[in-house]
Amino acid sequence: MFWGYQLFIVIAATGYLAGITQSKEYAEPEWYTDLWLTIVWVAYLLVFLGTIWKRKEPHIYVANWFYLAFILTIAVLHITNNLAMPVSLTSVKSYSLFAGVQDALTQWWYGHNAVGFFLTAGFLGIMYYFVPKRAERPVYSYRLSIVHFWSLIFIYIWAGPHHLHYTALPEWAQTLGMTFSIMLWMPSWGGMINGLMTLSGAWDKLRTDPVIRMLVVSVAFYGMSTFEGPVMSVRAVNSLSHYTDWTIGHVHSGALGWVGFVSFGAMYCLTQWLWKRPRLYSFALVEWHFWISTLGILLYITSMWTSGIMQGLMWRSYTDLGFLEFSFVETVARMHIPYIIRAVGGAMYLVGALIMIYNLYRTARGDVRVAELKDQPAPAAATVPAR
Amino acid sequence: MSGSKKDIDQVSGYETTGHEWDGIKELNRPLPRWWVWIFYATIVWSIGYMIFMPAIPGLPGMAGATPGLRNHSERTNVAEALSAAEAARGPLFAKLAGASLGSVENDPELLQFALAAGRSAFGDNCATCHGSGAQGFKGYPNLNDDVWLWGGGLSDIKQTLLYGIRSGHPDTRQSDMPAFGRDGILSGAEIHAVVNHVLALSGQEADAAAAAGGRAIFAAQCASCHGEAGKGLREFGAPNLTDAEWLYGGDYETLRETVTNSRRGVMPYWADRLDEGTIDALAIYVHTLGGGEGS
Ligand code: HEC
Ligand code: HEC
Repeated sequence: MFWGYQLFIVIAATGYLAGITQSKEYAEPEWYTDLWLTIVWVAYLLVFLGTIWKRKEPHIYVANWFYLAFILTIAVLHITNNLAMPVSLTSVKSYSLFAGVQDALTQWWYGHNAVGFFLTAGFLGIMYYFVPKRAERPVYSYRLSIVHFWSLIFIYIWAGPHHLHYTALPEWAQTLGMTFSIMLWMPSWGGMINGLMTLSGAWDKLRTDPVIRMLVVSVAFYGMSTFEGPVMSVRAVNSLSHYTDWTIGHVHSGALGWVGFVSFGAMYCLTQWLWKRPRLYSFALVEWHFWISTLGILLYITSMWTSGIMQGLMWRSYTDLGFLEFSFVETVARMHIPYIIRAVGGAMYLVGALIMIYNLYRTARGDVRVAELKDQPAPAAATVPAR
Repeated sequence: MSGSKKDIDQVSGYETTGHEWDGIKELNRPLPRWWVWIFYATIVWSIGYMIFMPAIPGLPGMAGATPGLRNHSERTNVAEALSAAEAARGPLFAKLAGASLGSVENDPELLQFALAAGRSAFGDNCATCHGSGAQGFKGYPNLNDDVWLWGGGLSDIKQTLLYGIRSGHPDTRQSDMPAFGRDGILSGAEIHAVVNHVLALSGQEADAAAAAGGRAIFAAQCASCHGEAGKGLREFGAPNLTDAEWLYGGDYETLRETVTNSRRGVMPYWADRLDEGTIDALAIYVHTLGGGEGS
């Protein structure tokens, strides 16, 4: 399955280079690649279900519900959105079963829920394991995890039409997408509350353990972008934000902040556990990673907000006589400085990740920075799970 | 695991659910009140929104979806906004199309309107090639100066806009400088000679012997379009080669490339793409940029 997935990535990526695409956002690969991914994904589902089936724990933990929802829904989304008729069995080209606005709606039902179930549900699963584990605290509220899980799963799937405000999509469907996005706010925040509040009783670890801090900031970014999302789904806001860099800022606070940081946190934990090391090579390097990357994200998203709002305002400004005030190239020229800031932010984020890779490599080798042993007791050293 | 044995978390005072999964326990804590209330509020708000706005499709006896109390329709809104804009601008556009181009420049109100319309249309349609300040790039003429290939009178400009240059339109301005080297009309040595002649014409340093030889070639091959003295002929869109203004460039290498392969830049036609009023506005806008000539 692992190699099957890698093969899929290679086929998909080389397909890009060869210009093979069905022109759907997040679903570019053509029919044969899609078929292969379906096989790999179903294998993934079976492995997961089998693991749950013969589990030794009596209870199925919330992280696993999120994972199952993620794997199952992605399968359904992937298959539906990629229903297509190949031109012939030897041709890479295919034609979608949907056309026009139906195609757009299917695509955004898919696109929105790919984010929802992959990057939200899937990563909530990761968060629900690593945060309580690293903090060594029980989850804040079991009841909240149930309620927010089911409400999230139920509501998320309807919100896709908010990507198609002010288009040929019938207005009632836009209303549906918008209202369900608004109702999604609290279900999303349920995960944030459970993530943050699980630390109650262990707040001091924020100071002493930079890995915990990384996980917590990740949850904070999650909270921010799941608030920003419903706001942007409001039609009036969307008429300004849509097609601008604001959207790009929004997805990057989610991707770099939430998805990225929770993964970093998980990797710090996993490397230590898998190689059975008593502690990480260096906490100071985790600090550096944390600060450089956090600043990088902030530069990235603030520059995109600025440039996005500027773009939106420039596009909609008219002269007294009712002519567009700015031509498109003029708006592009104005984005110069935000784009430089964005590039700097992105580069900082990357530097942070490289520092992490070095740190993890030294940890796996079993090295410890001697200088740190003396002046800093390692609080997380004891988090090696007893297995 | 059953809840028979109570497991109280020391820090929070709450009981755990009794579940344990890889060492992780869960507290049996009620939902945060504020969370529940905001959740309810968003639901109530959403229902309200659905009452006011188009929301529910497919009800029996109803074409389309429920229109909502506000009877809102984006389609109608757009159509209304368009007709309002049309009502405001239509008369001015009509006046513009009806007026003789020259007279517009004497009517301040109409002129102001034409310039505003022209500036906006220029940004959207022309700036990609000519630059947003109409300053031009290599191969794309500067429209601010008084150097014209085809003419800088209002009607000349309008004709260029309507039918383009080498645009494929039946009425396009057309004039194809031969590719003297590629098509074997002139040898390498002859090209060297004629290029030196052009260098000399434009007052640049040139190989005098070669330039002298190039004079005859120029008279035979080039003068028909560029004129005996190389000052250009507008009926062929052939540029003046004696000034220091170059469309492609006046150094030896670039000149040699131009003569060897020719250039034949294409300016698209706008006759079927922009309405007449907009084209008039554009012509007036370009005309006022700095180099406009009397007709
Ligand atoms: C695809 C690129 C392109 C676009 C778009 C374009 N032009 Fe041009 N334009 C050219 C080229 C190339 C020439 C010179 C052709 C030649 O070499 O004779 C030209 C020439 C002209 C000329 C003639 C200049 C002269 O010296 O006689 C005018 C006037 C002009 N353009 C105006 C416009 C306007 C107004 C627009 C927008 C409606 C526009 N152009 C859009 C490429 C373009
Ligand atoms: C059929 C008419 C015609 C003939 C003959 C002709 N030209 Fe041209 N030439 C043009 C036109 C039209 C252009 C405008 C550029 C384009 O093609 O887009 C031009 C452009 C040029 C330019 C580019 C000027 C600049 O500003 O960069 C040079 C140099 C030139 N010609 C030199 C010559 C020489 C030298 C000859 C003779 C060997 C010659 N031409 C013969 C029509 C002609």
